[in-house]
Amino acid sequence: MTTNNGGLPRKSDVAVVGGGTAGLALATKLKRLGVGSVIVLERENDAGGIPRHCGHYPFGIREYGRLLKGPDYARRNVEAAVDAGVDIKTEVTVTALHPDGRLSLTTPAGKAELQAERVVLCTGAREASRPQRFIGGDRPLGVLSTGALQSMTYLQGMRPFRRPVIIGSELVSFSAIDTCRHLGIRPVAMIEENDRILARRLVQPYLMMRGVALFTKVKNLRILGRRQVEAIEFIDAAGKQQSIEADGAIISGRFRPEAALLHLSHLEVDPGSGGPMIDQFGQCSDPSYYSAGNLLRPAETSGWCWQEGIETAKWIAEDLSRGQPAVVPSVRVQLVDRAIGFSVPQRLSISDRTGGMQKMQIGLNVPVKGYLEAISGGQSISNTWLNSRPVRRVQIRLAPIVQNCSKSPVELSIQRNK
Amino acid sequence: MEVKKKLVALGRADVAIIGAGVVGCALARRLTLDGASVIVLEKAADVLDGASKGNSAILHTGFDAPSGSLEQDCIAQGYKEYLETCETLGLPVLRSGALVLAWSQEQLDELPKLIEKAHKNGVTDVSALTKSQILKREPYLSNNVVGGFEVPGEFLIDPWASAHAYLLQAMANGAVLYRDTEVVAGQYDGQQWRLETNAGSVCAAQIINCAGLYGDIVEQRLIGECPFTVTPRKGQFVVFDKSAAALASSIILPVPTKTTKGIVVCRTIFGNLLVGPTAENQESRTDSSTISDMLAHLREKGIEMIPNLEECEVTAAYAGLRPATEFQDYQIRRIEGKNYTCVGGIRSTGLSAALGIARHVAGLIAPDEFSFQAIEDPIIPAPDRLSNYHPRDWEEPDNGGIVCHCELVTRREIEQVLNGPLPPSTLQGLKRRTRVCMGRCQGFYCTGELVKLTAGRFNLPMGLGHDDQ
Ligand SMILES: Cc1cc2nc3c(=O)[nH]c(=O)nc-3n(C[C@H](O)[C@H](O)[C@H](O)COP(=O)(O)OP(=O)(O)OC[C@H]3O[C@@H](n4cnc5c(N)ncnc54)[C@H](O)[C@@H]3O)c2cc1C
Ligand SMILES: Cc1cc2nc3c(=O)[nH]c(=O)nc-3n(C[C@H](O)[C@H](O)[C@H](O)COP(=O)(O)OP(=O)(O)OC[C@H]3O[C@@H](n4cnc5c(N)ncnc54)[C@H](O)[C@@H]3O)c2cc1C
Repeated sequence: MTTNNGGLPRKSDVAVVGGGTAGLALATKLKRLGVGSVIVLERENDAGGIPRHCGHYPFGIREYGRLLKGPDYARRNVEAAVDAGVDIKTEVTVTALHPDGRLSLTTPAGKAELQAERVVLCTGAREASRPQRFIGGDRPLGVLSTGALQSMTYLQGMRPFRRPVIIGSELVSFSAIDTCRHLGIRPVAMIEENDRILARRLVQPYLMMRGVALFTKVKNLRILGRRQVEAIEFIDAAGKQQSIEADGAIISGRFRPEAALLHLSHLEVDPGSGGPMIDQFGQCSDPSYYSAGNLLRPAETSGWCWQEGIETAKWIAEDLSRGQPAVVPSVRVQLVDRAIGFSVPQRLSISDRTGGMQKMQIGLNVPVKGYLEAISGGQSISNTWLNSRPVRRVQIRLAPIVQNCSKSPVELSIQRNK
Repeated sequence: MEVKKKLVALGRADVAIIGAGVVGCALARRLTLDGASVIVLEKAADVLDGASKGNSAILHTGFDAPSGSLEQDCIAQGYKEYLETCETLGLPVLRSGALVLAWSQEQLDELPKLIEKAHKNGVTDVSALTKSQILKREPYLSNNVVGGFEVPGEFLIDPWASAHAYLLQAMANGAVLYRDTEVVAGQYDGQQWRLETNAGSVCAAQIINCAGLYGDIVEQRLIGECPFTVTPRKGQFVVFDKSAAALASSIILPVPTKTTKGIVVCRTIFGNLLVGPTAENQESRTDSSTISDMLAHLREKGIEMIPNLEECEVTAAYAGLRPATEFQDYQIRRIEGKNYTCVGGIRSTGLSAALGIARHVAGLIAPDEFSFQAIEDPIIPAPDRLSNYHPRDWEEPDNGGIVCHCELVTRREIEQVLNGPLPPSTLQGLKRRTRVCMGRCQGFYCTGELVKLTAGRFNLPMGLGHDDQ
């Protein structure tokens, strides 16, 4: 431990872990609501989170009523926080979470500690890596996530390849095409393992416009090359072996919460969302801990995470005004249908506390057409028509579920033939 | 020291070592400490780029090695010397112990023979365990395990830091390393060897072939023929994220077969958990690519043994190539009258045996113990300190801040390696020395910063400026 605690205070009313969109919005709101000391702990040299690297639109519509590029947007979020009196500390990595709001930190000066009344986890999400997707082949240079590509190009002005292939077909995969275009990089193909692109179909013509070939329903993806990527091999939808010459691969999408801290902590983790188990107020299994932003689930737009930060700040401020954090009884949300990958929240607190999230977020594993039904204590308490697919935003109203659930778990299932 | 310019006319060295895998590195250290002048020739851009690039990183006791074989002897010696010197060299050891487990009656029947062999091999602390004893020790194991035995002395080490430390100590005490230098031919004139490389020629009284996967090819180039043929045997691995490390404290070994030690589940010294390797013979000596189906299969295998792995994330996958030959035992022999020694076929235990092999070979080439004058008080260089189970740089003051967030690699660690005596010339080499990009995000967060820190350092840069061609 450094004697001056790495230049950090030893105590704070609220400590926010992660100074991205959600963390900054939340901290700003807490100050505006009159909370005493609010500190944001950010491991990078600058706060702002992922938008700092995204030198493209669209950011800021909901928040600032205008179209901004990522870095300008991030700067505004930081300025708003500073103006509100948030204490932003950069180059501070939180290395461990302990019960009751005690944090282990490390700074360039060495180790430090901080005790907070409430801790808010806002560490965001990142794209799944190549090994996580079991993409085989060699390990040459030139294989990057979209995030890495953007930080390399926007922050460092460097170009890792000229003719890459894009693996994945989510919105962020299309954003990768844009990033490339600005650098004179020409993606040659987009490759997706599913039978259609995961982003909305209306963006598909964009591929043709940019001369990017699309291959869906591919199997046995392999990246080949001794030093730099030389080719991408796969079996196409027709069962034919394909080999595409390329000098790079962008591994895009399939976001996963950046939950390393969580997995090594005492907090309960939801394997479905990959984030913390929370209730409708964003409160974790240890009531000193809250969470907001993309750590909750993979992955939403920045505007969404910003709003989530604001909302969660209100509940935290209200909780702080009650004094010590308290454990209240709660019921679990159980997914009895394999089509449902996750729900956020995963737990509903039963108390006199009012407010909380208005909607429950659902993640689907497969395309679904049918009614999403919630049952508690043998009673059907909510029914919502769904026609959606994986990676899409799916929400159901939470109020009827919270109001009507008995003391038994809430079971979520899909009724397909109605 | 390392010499970067082309080799032209060179002074005469006592010994030239061909190949800087873990075996060549250990030999360079041994012979340098024994007082020989040593030159190391490595064809790749960096050291440890062959068989030593990817392995299970287990420090074996040799409990299951063929009794009385040279391999068994070298493992036993190597194991002993590793534990004697690791503290001096600053190398970490994770004293995990191993459990050899049977998952069927058939395997259970094999155990008594294996225990007997272990005792015969001098690994006397090996003893049988019942199913309930096993499950008590490893509560996350599948209930399908039927029995097993423990090998308390099997440990986990850092496979790269140890080889680097051997070579760094050799270099600090006078050995000279040439990278990007491939031995293509050589003549022995009755007094000394003259080796031809792509970068010039080298003269040495003795030469030692430690070319691993190319051992037979190098011998053909130098001697004209080779009594063994290398058939690379690929081993693929999947690595689970750090949260999985809590699921197995011992190294979980299967009942071995003749050709392979089988699929292992064990922690790494870096705090992860790995499952592998496979054993696939192939012709290519360079193809260490992975196959998605096989990676998925390994994950399944892991889950079969430890069901909770189902919920853990995979963070990495890699493959290594074993320099296997048609012979079971190591192919170590000296050709009398030619001052040539072959150290070949160091198949699947070379990391553990390296220091033992080095002693054995030193004995072969300098049987007279006065032929070299051992160095007094050799210099001990600073090792890479990357163990998750020992203090790390990020915990210390003035570390320059963290660059790689998943593996908590500091700016100071990266700069020290880049400016050190054995700087990496590739991103892979930087990964092995510091662990950057080896964690769960695989470069999502730190790539930008690394591009900046490594600019001008690598043979093949991570990125090009917008105007570069
Ligand atoms: C390539 C790409 C393009 C995108 N494009 C758009 C777009 O055009 N429009 C849009 O609306 N959204 C876009 N997004 C999504 C947007 O970036 C996210 O919605 C938003 O950043 C989420 O905010 P967050 O606060 O949850 O997480 P982040 O912004 O990821 O912030 C998390 C912060 O936590 C910090 N942190 C993590 N762990 C620790 C720790 N242990 N200690 C200290 N600090 C820590 C991180 O350094 C980071 O700053 C894009 C995302 C990507 C990857
Ligand atoms: C999957 C797998 C798992 C393993 N697990 C373990 C384990 O848990 N414990 C253990 O003890 N061992 C293990 N091993 C074994 C161990 O990794 C090897 O025995 C060891 O790495 C062999 O080292 P080497 O120095 O002989 O060969 P290499 O590492 O191949 O070194 C040979 C070097 O020579 C160079 N070279 C080749 N030709 C020339 C030339 N003409 N001129 C100059 N240089 C040349 C090459 O570039 C290379 O760097 C494992 C191996 C594998 C593949």
